[in-house]
Amino acid sequence: MNAPITLRADGLRMVFNRRVIFDGVHFALGEMQTLLISGRNGAGKSTLVKIIAGVLTPTAGSVTVSVPGSDGIFGVRSLLGLVSPYLALYEEFSAEENLKQIAAIRGLPYDRDVAHDLLRRVALFQRKDDPVRTYSSGMKQRARYAAALLHRPPVLILDEPMSNLDTDGVAIVREVMAEHRRDGILIVATSDLSDVDRFDERVDLNALR
Amino acid sequence: MRSGDTRRWLRSVAGIFLKDLRSELRTRYAVSALVMFVVTTIAIIMFSLGQEAAPAEVLSGMLWVVIFFGAMSGLSRTFVMEEERGTAMTLQLLTPPSAVYFGKLLFNIVLVVALNVFTVLLYLFLINGFVIRSADVFVLTIVFGSLGFASAATVIAAIIARANTKGTLYPVLSFPILLPLLITVIDATKSATEGVPLAEAGGVFQFLISYIVVLTTLSYLLFEYIWKD
Repeated sequence: MNAPITLRADGLRMVFNRRVIFDGVHFALGEMQTLLISGRNGAGKSTLVKIIAGVLTPTAGSVTVSVPGSDGIFGVRSLLGLVSPYLALYEEFSAEENLKQIAAIRGLPYDRDVAHDLLRRVALFQRKDDPVRTYSSGMKQRARYAAALLHRPPVLILDEPMSNLDTDGVAIVREVMAEHRRDGILIVATSDLSDVDRFDERVDLNALR
Repeated sequence: MRSGDTRRWLRSVAGIFLKDLRSELRTRYAVSALVMFVVTTIAIIMFSLGQEAAPAEVLSGMLWVVIFFGAMSGLSRTFVMEEERGTAMTLQLLTPPSAVYFGKLLFNIVLVVALNVFTVLLYLFLINGFVIRSADVFVLTIVFGSLGFASAATVIAAIIARANTKGTLYPVLSFPILLPLLITVIDATKSATEGVPLAEAGGVFQFLISYIVVLTTLSYLLFEYIWKD
């Protein structure tokens, strides 16, 4: 997590079925910087998150992640970790099996100690061998954190980070967010504005239609 | 691609393949559908033929009808399940589209070869009058036919996984793409029942190899546009 990294968005515009979701999104982030994406329901927070993560192509504009060594075939995938309620894990496998497979699909070796530390951290270690389909929605959200952090990404993107979490879960997420504030780039998309002052940059999608 | 990237890409392809294989062994979604379809269809053919021996060209055609619809009932699962479970986006975040395509292609090859071996053995055992006189021509037809089916079925599955009418669209969209393959393998199977030697059937296999290479290359080039929203 120590390479100099910058992430910038220039003139992002998204149109669905002739409806403009947002237009003119610009931001630039460096190491130890944070971005809050805010807006009411349907304002396009998740759409913008997907564009930043590279899984959705914007109608116009571009997102550039610049870090030495990110130009290979895996591109920015190695640099990003995404947690979102719509990001599913394989329900027929246990949390640990999911982590093993995620490492294999990334083409990386599976580090059992790191994976176990993460599972302990999100309080899933006792249930690590149970199929994900037996988990509650809060436990699935915790498993998503373990999956997103497994490859130690310098850029962490959280879409509705507290979704389905209990008090302990919220405390874990606050700790993860604090770590990324110190070590990398943190992007949070939420309609909860209670922590708005703790972010360096803000994109308010309500104002960008 | 740098050599480190190539090794990582190959590990990723293997990761996708093994994930699908483990998932299939655990859930048996595709295998159950395929086996039930093949058994039911061969039973219907068997009962409708009774003790009558149909001509070799009819029996060769019917074998590939069973294989075609059997494949159509199971091969789309690899992509359809990713879309239905919401894991397609997870895969997009983990690895480049080319690794997803080749991992899924590898899994579909294994699945279709297993399906075809099962179907052929059952067909040979149960259908009256279906006798193979050129084993080498028949084995090569099944092998290249399976590879052709898998390469066409994989990319079509990726396309229809995004559609609302997945079940009906799959065979309809596959048919025109698989038609040249079907005509060729039905003809080659008929040759195998008539005892045509391998040297005389060489042109058929040249066509099948060209079909597989062209389709796989095109699929690889187009897959990124199909896979990403």
